[in-house]
Amino acid sequence: MEQLAQLGRIGISTLERLGRGHVLLLHMLSGVTALLVRPKLLIAQIHSVGVLSMLIITVSGLFVGMVLALQGYYILSQFGAEETLGVMVAASLVRELGPVVTGLLFAGRAGSALTAEIGLMKATEQLSGLEMMAIDPIKRILTPRFMAGLISMPLLAALFSAIGVIGGHFVGVGLLGVDDGAYWSQMQAKIDLHEDIFNGVIKSIVFGFVCTWIALFQGHDCVPTSEGVSRATTRTVVHSALAVLCLDFVLTALMFGE
Amino acid sequence: MQNSAVNQKLMPLHPNDNNEPLVKIRGLRFYRGNRAIFDGIDIDIPKGSITAIMGPSGTGKTTLLKLIGGQLRPDGGTIHVNGQNVHQLNNKDLYKLRMSMGMLFQSGALLTDIDVFDNVAYPLREHTKLPESIIRKLVLMKLEAVGLRGARNLMPSELSGGMARRVALARAIVFDPEMVMYDEPFTGQDPISMGVLIKLIPRLNKASQLTSIVVSHDVEETSNIADVIYVISNGKVIAGGPSEQVANSDSPWVRQFMDGQADGPVPFHFPAEPLETDILGN
Ligand SMILES: Nc1ncnc2c1ncn2[C@@H]1O[C@H](COP(=O)(O)OP(=O)(O)OP(=O)(O)O)[C@@H](O)[C@H]1O
Ligand SMILES: [Mg+2]
Repeated sequence: MEQLAQLGRIGISTLERLGRGHVLLLHMLSGVTALLVRPKLLIAQIHSVGVLSMLIITVSGLFVGMVLALQGYYILSQFGAEETLGVMVAASLVRELGPVVTGLLFAGRAGSALTAEIGLMKATEQLSGLEMMAIDPIKRILTPRFMAGLISMPLLAALFSAIGVIGGHFVGVGLLGVDDGAYWSQMQAKIDLHEDIFNGVIKSIVFGFVCTWIALFQGHDCVPTSEGVSRATTRTVVHSALAVLCLDFVLTALMFGE
Repeated sequence: MQNSAVNQKLMPLHPNDNNEPLVKIRGLRFYRGNRAIFDGIDIDIPKGSITAIMGPSGTGKTTLLKLIGGQLRPDGGTIHVNGQNVHQLNNKDLYKLRMSMGMLFQSGALLTDIDVFDNVAYPLREHTKLPESIIRKLVLMKLEAVGLRGARNLMPSELSGGMARRVALARAIVFDPEMVMYDEPFTGQDPISMGVLIKLIPRLNKASQLTSIVVSHDVEETSNIADVIYVISNGKVIAGGPSEQVANSDSPWVRQFMDGQADGPVPFHFPAEPLETDILGN
């Protein structure tokens, strides 16, 4: 009986959180029009959310591309199909690894920072202070960050894939001796704009949306103490990672299944 | 005759009527969990006055200011500001009402990613389209009033607690509000800046017909500048009225607080079981 009540409590509090999350989302979206008038706010956030994440994305993309080329070459060479290495590298990156790994890195780099920032602003009464100055903190502080995440994530994923292709070229063509022309021309011929690239972009937009939403909600909903902020930051990373991986499966099934 | 009847219908209570208090609190009840922070209190804050709210630490003075500002919802009773019921306003009207309020938070609540100047300029930049040259003048004037014109380029993390509070004060008054709520403005101030603030608050009041609510523990200083004093303890108003009357009241409750005695009817301790049972067990 006790356990049942416990289960019920957990269920109710989860539903409550979900509800608060959606209310927050609507509130943030209602601030988008006001943001259009002040693009400076958005640009500043794109800088801190997106531009500052570029380094980690670039380095990771490079290494992932290089590993893909190594592994791919090993398998493909067994069938004498080394020339298709470019296709393999590019398809893996554009369809899967670009959006997914970028999403995971984005949650760790930008998402955790957003949660900590908003949580600390709440704990130090900065958000209450804004309210008393008749400034809606959700529209003024959260909306620009949300839009910045939404815009940055697909661009970062594209960067990741592009750098990965270059890394694959460096290892495949430069070190393993795959034909340079074959690497590019096979890729050009086989990678489909709609099937591969468009679907990958959709994934990265969805991941950006979900990760930024989770990060901002956790920050805004945290217990306003140092422990509360640290817990919220952990939750952001864990929930975002799970959300990215689960959604990736769902999206992949919808896009490529049949 | 008929004309005035119509007028009365249109404006049953002129909000700026001089006799009507700016803030009118009736039967306010507020709970944290099962503990009643306010248990039916009535407070009138007259327009253009300085009203002091006093009481032991943890009685809910900060909570009261947040209720007046509409950041918390009462569990019962009403709060009217300028004739409007704060907790029945929609979001838009509430924000409009807050435009005419300034609040100095106990913690300062400065934005930590911008410097002192930008913090004070923040409300002006958000709500007006004033040219930068005018904003600069307004901000420097307010910073001068709190003695921190020279600190304009410091970041909030580089300020001491007392300085941060004075910057927050400058920010609270930069928009020339009709009412300012000061949550413990004197805490952490040295005697000199305390003296400056004690002169500044009444001066602002006179100069711009401001209504001030001052929450403070500094009994002597506060009763010197206050027109009206309310003493809150244990969820009740234990004394309220013109400051001389309260300061000279001979009620044991008020005397204990005003004279700072540990023993008396006002509990110094947070509600708890007796010390003996707590320490020795049953
Ligand atoms: N977020 C909260 N959750 C639960 N209880 C709270 C919360 N904030 C305040 N309280 C309780 O409400 C009571 C009133 O708090 P408040 O901050 O209003 O006191 P105060 O009169 O301003 O005290 P001080 O003079 O020390 O600033 C306190 O006893 C505290 O225990
Ligand atoms: Mg307080």
